[in-house]
Amino acid sequence: MKKLLSAALAATMLTSFVQAAEVKIGFVTTLTTGGAVIGKDQEKAVNLAIEHMGGKMGDLDVNLIFADDGFKPETGKQVTDKLVKQDNVDIVAGYIWSNVLLASRKSVLDAGKFLITTNAGPGPVAGKLCHENFFSASWQNDETPMAMGEVLNQKGVKSIYIIAPNYAAGKGMVAGVKRTFKGAILGTDMTTWPTQLDFSAELAKAKASGAEGLFIFYPGKAGGAFMKQYQQAGLKDSLPLYTTFTVDALSLPKFQAAEFTDVLGSQFTQQWDPTIDNEQNKRFVADFRAKHGSYPSFYAAQAYDSMFLIKSAVEAVGGDLTDMDSMRAAMESASYPSVRGEYTYGNNHMPIQAYYLREVVKDDDGNWTTKIVQTVYEAHQDIYAKDCPLK
Amino acid sequence: MDYTLLFVQMLNGLQLGLLLFLVASGLTLVFGILDFVNLAHGSIYMLGAFICASLTFVLGNFLWAVLVALPLTGLVGYAVELLMARRLYDKDHLDHVLGTYGLVLVLDTLAHIIWGPAGITVPLPAWLDGQVELFEGAVIPVFRLLIIATGLAVAGGLFWLVNYTRLGMLIRAGASNRTMVSALGINIQTLFALVFALGAMLAGLAGMLISPITGASIGMGGQIIITAFVVIIIGGIGSMKGAFIAAVIIGLIDTLGRSFLDKLFMLFMNENAAETAAPAVSAMMIYILMAIILAVKPQGLFPPKVR
Repeated sequence: MKKLLSAALAATMLTSFVQAAEVKIGFVTTLTTGGAVIGKDQEKAVNLAIEHMGGKMGDLDVNLIFADDGFKPETGKQVTDKLVKQDNVDIVAGYIWSNVLLASRKSVLDAGKFLITTNAGPGPVAGKLCHENFFSASWQNDETPMAMGEVLNQKGVKSIYIIAPNYAAGKGMVAGVKRTFKGAILGTDMTTWPTQLDFSAELAKAKASGAEGLFIFYPGKAGGAFMKQYQQAGLKDSLPLYTTFTVDALSLPKFQAAEFTDVLGSQFTQQWDPTIDNEQNKRFVADFRAKHGSYPSFYAAQAYDSMFLIKSAVEAVGGDLTDMDSMRAAMESASYPSVRGEYTYGNNHMPIQAYYLREVVKDDDGNWTTKIVQTVYEAHQDIYAKDCPLK
Repeated sequence: MDYTLLFVQMLNGLQLGLLLFLVASGLTLVFGILDFVNLAHGSIYMLGAFICASLTFVLGNFLWAVLVALPLTGLVGYAVELLMARRLYDKDHLDHVLGTYGLVLVLDTLAHIIWGPAGITVPLPAWLDGQVELFEGAVIPVFRLLIIATGLAVAGGLFWLVNYTRLGMLIRAGASNRTMVSALGINIQTLFALVFALGAMLAGLAGMLISPITGASIGMGGQIIITAFVVIIIGGIGSMKGAFIAAVIIGLIDTLGRSFLDKLFMLFMNENAAETAAPAVSAMMIYILMAIILAVKPQGLFPPKVR
């Protein structure tokens, strides 16, 4: 009996020793429902990143825990609480949806842990609600549509109609394009999110408005639905479409399978593209394609980056995860190799980075993908940084 | 007032309503006649969309795919009745809800495993992919007209089936007094299985018709089933006529609300507030209507006489 006890004791000590030699990362994304197409892509990218690191950050083993937000803010908060309290992770990363991030951020930050967003970037977290332990591996919501507004000005578009979903990110997108677009806005429709997938009424209104262009934001499966209905309504010549976060590497293979050729040539703005020329991006895109047979999406690129951002912090403190100040300083310097190329962090820990105009093209093998047509912003900072009290 | 826009939006509303009717008619048949609450009805709508989408690529044509997928969804419905629903008829409604909700989760996950999380975009033949100009300025996609035509045809067919055929007579009799019907030598189990399969085919057809518009995707049944329940509650549970009228009313209210409510709100509030409030209120309107109908006529607009 005594022997058994001591063996048990030894085993417990051994476990706690093993625990100390690992970095525990919780990754919250969408693994079920229609939003799973994005979450699965991020999951693939995170696993690829860890594989590229050889399973280690510095001397520490990486212990990844994926959690499913079920596409809902309340579920997102629940799984975040579980990661923080029950699993006691060191860092929480992920979050596709702005409303999920807004519901979950407090759980992580109040527990004194780092929070890295790999997509969502609602205005408040960049401004008044900014936090020293919060970092973005993506962008602030308003920035990509602001770049699109500039593109519209350059193209000489005089008036637009806007259709976007009625939730945090949709509102940010609309605010963004309105901020930089100099022409007239002839109408704005905000649709029920995420349930509304039929846009016949909105398209009829947009057409009747007589606008010169149509600006939309529909991430995930709603994007495919919108593009299809836009084409069925026959608006291509009378009402050209300008999108953000709607056409991506997840929808293009579907469009290609359905021979939906109207998508070829369509343009949208983004901070990343598979053709960006640096070693990290080449390796990421090539290995992702070899492994999964498709191009990675920008969601995947951001998730991949987030792991290397964390790695740079872990290595800077030699694996001593209690030294959060040094970890924070390491991340603020953004000195890791990002697939988007070099960028810096603003005082609110949002990237100050380039934004490009991407166009849908066929690659050499006939696969539908994108290339960069022009650089819209060289180094753009979000407008909420000034509201953030951090220095 | 832009009358062309109003006309186009009425057509859009009618199309949405008829699609809802296809789902609601199956639901009201099963709920009204078998007294069975089937939450998984929306999952069969989803399976219809996915099966049709896959077959479109195999057979090379959307219409052929629909013709083959229809009996397949009927079979799915039959299997669900045989393996599951049949065992639950004697239990109370809460057990139906629990059982069929479990089935929703199983079918969603099954679809995830078979077709992946991405969903499928369904191509249409060129002649269905265009638009027609009904009159000056009123341009509408051909495919939406096809949905309207199909919906009306199915509604007519169901009306005939329920009111003028032997099967319809049995269906009505079974709803009224199932013990008496079986005492008269009718195999009530086979009848119920047939009704269940018919309901599944109707839901599947709705899923097939929507798939070229929104694509086939996981979870697409979740939203439509809620609206379909609203339809049958407003129309009167078990009433085909009620389901038809309520579905069209809801389709029109939803579409016209999305189209004109923001303009209406701008009359008395600023533009930004109107743009945010209008979609929220228009999403609520069908539930407000349901609450009013429930208060005034708790049995719905057209409660079946037999009940």
